[in-house]
Amino acid sequence: MTKILDEPRYACALGAAQTVQAIYRAVPIFHSGPGCAGRVSGNSGTGYLSTNTFPCSNIGEAEVVFGGEGKLREVIANSLKVIDGDLFVVLSGCTTEIVGDDIVQVVGEFEDASKPILHVNTPGFKGTNYEGHEWVVDALIKQYLSTLPKGEKIKGLVNIWGPVPSHDPYWIGDFRELENLVREIGLTPNIIFGEHRGIENLNNVPLAEFNLLVSPWVGLQNVQLLEEKFGTPFLHYPTLPSGAHESSEFLRAVAQFAGLPPEPVEQIIARHEEEYYYHIERNVSVFFENRTASKMFSTVSTAHRALSVAKFLVNDFGLMPNKQYITENVPEKHKARIAQYFKEFNYNIQAEAVFETDGYKIHEQIKQEYYAGPPLIAGSIFEKKITKELDGNFICISSPFSQKVVLHSSYVGYHGGLKFLEDLYTGVYQTYN
Amino acid sequence: MAVDIKSKVCGSRESRVGSITGYSGTLSDIKQQLSCSGCPGEKKRCFSQAAACASGCALGQASEINDIAIVHHAPAGCATIAGIKPDFDLLAGAIGRSRDHFGYVCTDMTEADTVFGSTENLREVILETYRRYKPKAIFIGASCVSGVIGEDLEGVIEELKEELPIPVGAIHCEGFKSQIWASGFDATYHAVLKYIVKPPKKKTNKVNVIGFTAGMAWNTRADIVRLLGVLDLEPTFLLAASNVEELEHISEATASITTCSTLSSYMGIGLETAYGVPFIRSLQPHGITGFEDLARQLAKVVGKEEKMEEYIRQERAIYIPQIETIAAQLKGKRAMIAMGPNLGANIARVLQEFGMVVEHLSAWHFDRQYDDGTRPKALQYLIDNSPTEINYSVNHLQNFEFMNILNRVKPDIFVSRHPDSAIWSMKIGVPGYCVYDEYNVFGYKGTLRFGKTLLDLITNRSFTENLAKHVRLPYTDWWLKQQPDAFLEK
Repeated sequence: MTKILDEPRYACALGAAQTVQAIYRAVPIFHSGPGCAGRVSGNSGTGYLSTNTFPCSNIGEAEVVFGGEGKLREVIANSLKVIDGDLFVVLSGCTTEIVGDDIVQVVGEFEDASKPILHVNTPGFKGTNYEGHEWVVDALIKQYLSTLPKGEKIKGLVNIWGPVPSHDPYWIGDFRELENLVREIGLTPNIIFGEHRGIENLNNVPLAEFNLLVSPWVGLQNVQLLEEKFGTPFLHYPTLPSGAHESSEFLRAVAQFAGLPPEPVEQIIARHEEEYYYHIERNVSVFFENRTASKMFSTVSTAHRALSVAKFLVNDFGLMPNKQYITENVPEKHKARIAQYFKEFNYNIQAEAVFETDGYKIHEQIKQEYYAGPPLIAGSIFEKKITKELDGNFICISSPFSQKVVLHSSYVGYHGGLKFLEDLYTGVYQTYN
Repeated sequence: MAVDIKSKVCGSRESRVGSITGYSGTLSDIKQQLSCSGCPGEKKRCFSQAAACASGCALGQASEINDIAIVHHAPAGCATIAGIKPDFDLLAGAIGRSRDHFGYVCTDMTEADTVFGSTENLREVILETYRRYKPKAIFIGASCVSGVIGEDLEGVIEELKEELPIPVGAIHCEGFKSQIWASGFDATYHAVLKYIVKPPKKKTNKVNVIGFTAGMAWNTRADIVRLLGVLDLEPTFLLAASNVEELEHISEATASITTCSTLSSYMGIGLETAYGVPFIRSLQPHGITGFEDLARQLAKVVGKEEKMEEYIRQERAIYIPQIETIAAQLKGKRAMIAMGPNLGANIARVLQEFGMVVEHLSAWHFDRQYDDGTRPKALQYLIDNSPTEINYSVNHLQNFEFMNILNRVKPDIFVSRHPDSAIWSMKIGVPGYCVYDEYNVFGYKGTLRFGKTLLDLITNRSFTENLAKHVRLPYTDWWLKQQPDAFLEK
């Protein structure tokens, strides 16, 4: 069968550098060609570090012929002198893996360095950036957290995992919203990614009372490893909650897992829902008195985002799903479970999850489907053109992401649901209604 | 020494013309070295930060052509370049052109492919891509992996010659083969020259305008059309929003001009060598001197010098007094520049036209010459005419080096051109300006606009100073106290 990736929606394993970068003052060191960092940095922008500040061995012809371990050694040694960081993670690229450089050996020589230096084999041909993310978190657990002195568990401390920095531009807003939700019911969220968290939050990971994974599959192996290493139980909650219905379900599930009394949680939920439906009520006419808002939808995105948006649109907003296209090359072992998640909407509504990385085939399929009028397509920027051709409503929720700027907003939580409707209907009202 | 458009690969800039990525010194030292040994020698670094590779420039440029398809023979991460496809839809759409036949697909090379090779899949993907998009040409984009494992791209092309009714070529932009991303421009232009451009059948009044974005920002396109109109000429913008049929005929043009010879020298010289299209070797049309040099040299090619002088007189009467007002306020302001070698030398000249002092000029790489053996004109002009000595470095996008320099120089403004560069000066409170669009400083109008923008940035420092108060550099104090060239081999 022809292996063809038309309009790639994911990066390669080396894209896990974004995961390192998202830990404040952690420094990815690329053992790769000069262009890899730029290619896999997606939406990570400029932060404390940026693409062109990442130490990199900038492998050239000489290293392909003679090996690049010497160059890597120099770059690591001098990174420690030049870059003001707390943690360094060496990531290998395709070329250095093919020529057989041994990064484990080279990093091993820095055992006594002043800062922790980790290594992760992330050649692009071996996996996607989502798998690379898991490998990096595994490396943090095995090579760093496991070496820390054992500490007492902290009551109420919850590590939150799920969003993958920064390929999905909503990652930071999503984390902050999850954090707010968890905090509101009286727990203490601990997230290692984002502004000024960094090594301090990372060091607290083994001390959490439980791990909360909000994702269909990415990170599952990480929370399992954390359980194995530190005896921390985990709650695997597959749906990133968006809108009132899902956010309330989420709060109940987390509270129950944490053994919190239900009554105060129900009060918090009631307050949120009152506010949420105040805004919904004010705008009902916006949603339903127009000519061109679509009635059925497809998502074209990661399992994580697709499930989140689909649950919101079906269980909260009352739309009907067509096929849901899952594009991030999900590992085989997770597929059946993920497909099942899309069969568990309210009123026994079911959607078919289509695991497809070939954008062309997705578009051809969308053209064949019946949407009771033009479709709503929630996808990457690659779906803009096809949606326009079909006269549908388009909302960009997924990478590659352009023509829309996301600073810190999120579609997660009660506010996130409203934000989604704002963005969706801003699009709807670009045509005459 | 010239461009051979029939050769299999064009090779890297390092190998063809001795370009380098590491140097630290002064403009007068460069002058000295160019006159004695011919070139400052390459200095390697024992610490480096991620630069960029040729494939981004190569396949980014190729993606600008409206009706070709790119088959990137690479693992998925390399092909994230495809993300610019919707943006080029915007660009082409703005002038009413279709991109329905454009495709960007990847062969998604896996571990097994690195062991067993995957030219058979590549072949299938090319055929499938043709079925899907019916493009007018297909380019295979090479990658580090395809290069290191020795995939026979030319063999695949040879096989497909009979099967497909369109040209299929390869763009040899393997990332490890050159440290100079501009080698990627050459690789793509080589492929365009080799596989698409046809020998001329007639002479036309077209001028090949080689740039990045066809003057779509702020409609500078209209200014170019107007300039060429003075000489009864019309532009063909390359490669942005171009199509294959246009490209087939660029050999018939009256001349080729450019906003950036780092980008265009290979194409300009290739067209001249193979098909006799004059490549105007002027200064680039940034600032007054540059614009007039280009306008006059182009006028000379068509023998319409008088018409152009008249145009220049009219335009000068409008703009020069305004530019002088701005220049009076910019006089003496100190600047640092970091850009590609050619644009940087042009912008340095423009700042000097404003009476500003260029304290340091940093070039991402350094071309001592182009493929015809000529020296870049803007560099030579600066060497011959700079009123002050300029510290000069060749930087390879090394942020730690230019931040060290900026921290010492503390100029009134930092002018750069590359994503992720100007913003860094703001972090230490130095206003930065990214000359992002290549027509930013085009002609009198652009020069006025540029001067006013610089003045405004120097005057209203709110954003920069607010930002600087709230962020810190990711560099150790130790590093900021070292000489900026401390990691360049002596």
